[in-house]
Amino acid sequence: MTVTAISASTRMVKKTHRTLSSPWATIGAIIIAAVWTLPTFGLFVSSFRPATSITTTGWWTFFSDPQVTLSNYSQTLDFVSSGITITQTLWNSLTITIPAAVFPIVLALLVAYALAWIDFRGRHVVFVAIFALQIVPLQMLLVPLLKMYTGGVTAFGAQIFPGFAANSLGSGFAQVWITHTMSALPLATFMLHNALATIPGEVMEAAQIDGAGHGQIFLRLALPLAMPTIASYAIFQFLWVWNDLLIATIFTSGSNAPITKILADLSGKYGQQWYLLTAGTFLAIIVPLIVFFALQRFFVRGLLAGATKG
Amino acid sequence: MQAFFSWLAHLPQLLQIPVVLAAFLVVVGVIIVLIEIAPRPGRAYTWVRLGIAVGVPVAVLALLGLERGVAWVFLLGAVLGGGLFWLDSRSAKGRGRLIQLALFVSPALALLVVGLVWPTIRTMVSAFMDKTGTKFVGLDNFVWVFSSGGSGGLTSLLNTIVWVLVAPVFATGIGLVYALWVDRSRAEKLLKVLIFMPMSISFVGASIIFKFFYDYRQGNQIGLLNQVVIALGGAPVNWLQSYPLNMFLMIAILIWSQTGFAMVILSAAIKSVPAELIEAAQIDGASSVRRFVNVIIPTIRPTIVVVWITISITSLKVYDIIAVTTAGYNNTSVLGYEMVRQFSLFPPQTGHSAALAMLIFILVIPFIAYNARSLVRSHS
Repeated sequence: MTVTAISASTRMVKKTHRTLSSPWATIGAIIIAAVWTLPTFGLFVSSFRPATSITTTGWWTFFSDPQVTLSNYSQTLDFVSSGITITQTLWNSLTITIPAAVFPIVLALLVAYALAWIDFRGRHVVFVAIFALQIVPLQMLLVPLLKMYTGGVTAFGAQIFPGFAANSLGSGFAQVWITHTMSALPLATFMLHNALATIPGEVMEAAQIDGAGHGQIFLRLALPLAMPTIASYAIFQFLWVWNDLLIATIFTSGSNAPITKILADLSGKYGQQWYLLTAGTFLAIIVPLIVFFALQRFFVRGLLAGATKG
Repeated sequence: MQAFFSWLAHLPQLLQIPVVLAAFLVVVGVIIVLIEIAPRPGRAYTWVRLGIAVGVPVAVLALLGLERGVAWVFLLGAVLGGGLFWLDSRSAKGRGRLIQLALFVSPALALLVVGLVWPTIRTMVSAFMDKTGTKFVGLDNFVWVFSSGGSGGLTSLLNTIVWVLVAPVFATGIGLVYALWVDRSRAEKLLKVLIFMPMSISFVGASIIFKFFYDYRQGNQIGLLNQVVIALGGAPVNWLQSYPLNMFLMIAILIWSQTGFAMVILSAAIKSVPAELIEAAQIDGASSVRRFVNVIIPTIRPTIVVVWITISITSLKVYDIIAVTTAGYNNTSVLGYEMVRQFSLFPPQTGHSAALAMLIFILVIPFIAYNARSLVRSHS
């Protein structure tokens, strides 16, 4: 009797599996996957074809007449646009991205810890207010921030902040770093708060009884326990900053431009120079792709943590 | 601070990253040390607390780069710090707690006020000012948005509405169906990665990939889409020239990039649907389509809403795709792009630009309000 029931239920589970993954469903999925992959694949193949072939014959002719060259890449790396080489813009992207990923995470950790583990009046209001600040689109911030950076801040006739030097050499990457930090804080605070708040209360109390202050608990207990979420969010923020165009367009100039900005420029100015655009695009997306494939599990976890809010 | 950044800018580039990180971590380290010692008992620590409360605001003001003639700003900082010290010493929870709290929250809160709240108010004010930002013009900027023809404000507003209506539906829908189709199939992992990978590619990269895909030219085609059209016996089309086709092809870029996001999240939700529910429906003889519509969709409805909202917000703010593909020509501008364009005109149309930003802001409100409401609900 029991045996029949068990075998019946196993059969049922197997059937559930089977009907959910019918061959037709798989075929449908493969078709979508092919449509999704072909445009990228086409550009990828083209980036290895000789410059003249790219613009005269379709990339699919590569398979009947394979000609492979790396000269697109070497020419693109040395290509000078707006006074800097593409190689330089890749370094710029890195210089912008790493600090702009670290700053908001550290600052958000501090405020998220207080919101999670220090009891004070109005903390829920502060938490919801910070969350609600995600409402502000970047576009609302650009012009006032630009004015603040260049003109400084004056209140009641007295200068409170004199502003950065006008040219890019004067302030380096400060404007981009600060803008990314500020605009990332609401989401970072929300995600890291969720991670810190799930630390068991007994663990925190035990540490307090042992005489540890909040500074020590923060460093020695909360940070290590929240590390998986921190890593997930860090990847997310890294990709966000690396892929950003809008903040880069407004707050970098001349020799400080990252790869995205130069690529967008090239697409406008040299729209038909496909040897440049194909190789340039792959140079720009190689770093995110490496991060994505190497740390995919963290990336997915970060997405799930961010999206299952509420 | 200006001097520091200026000095930093003249360092070799690869040195800038470690130096700025080290400087930042030293500052954070100091904050954590102060947090740790603030609540300690004893007379000496009372002086330490006073030093922290008054010294930190004054030091921050000094770091901002004030050199001359603003003694009262420093005085104000010191008075505020003194007030905090006084409040703290009377706090019921014990001395130092309030100072500790202030050290934890003030860096982020200060940046949020300076970098988000204040600019938002400034932009709201500019939306009612002329392009010099000094003369009040009432609703003129909004009148301009709703009346201008061509590739101006009205087109961008209407286009944005189309983006928000179309992109989330397709991205969420395809993501949902795909998640269901690959669920428990043999090549699930690989099939998921193929759809998911575009998430890591920038909109700039995606736009160039698709510009190549949509390419049109006389003679031999190099764009795959036109080659397919020819193979089917049609004549090649200049895809990005004719409105509204070009807009939908640009929306396709966003859908391409966001479907993976929808798929990953919905796939996790589908996997968490209790097997008993599906089996019960099966025993009742429900077909797989009915099971999907009557059992799976209602169970994961909250997740679908979250995904849909997230992609809607992304579509509302889109800038990069337009900047790279058409630069707003051929009627393809949207609010997020037109706002930047109006500001980069000569002379900058700050009023128009602010009004367009305000419209994005207003359109985003219902989505975030919904999210905030469910957040408050889950907290209580």
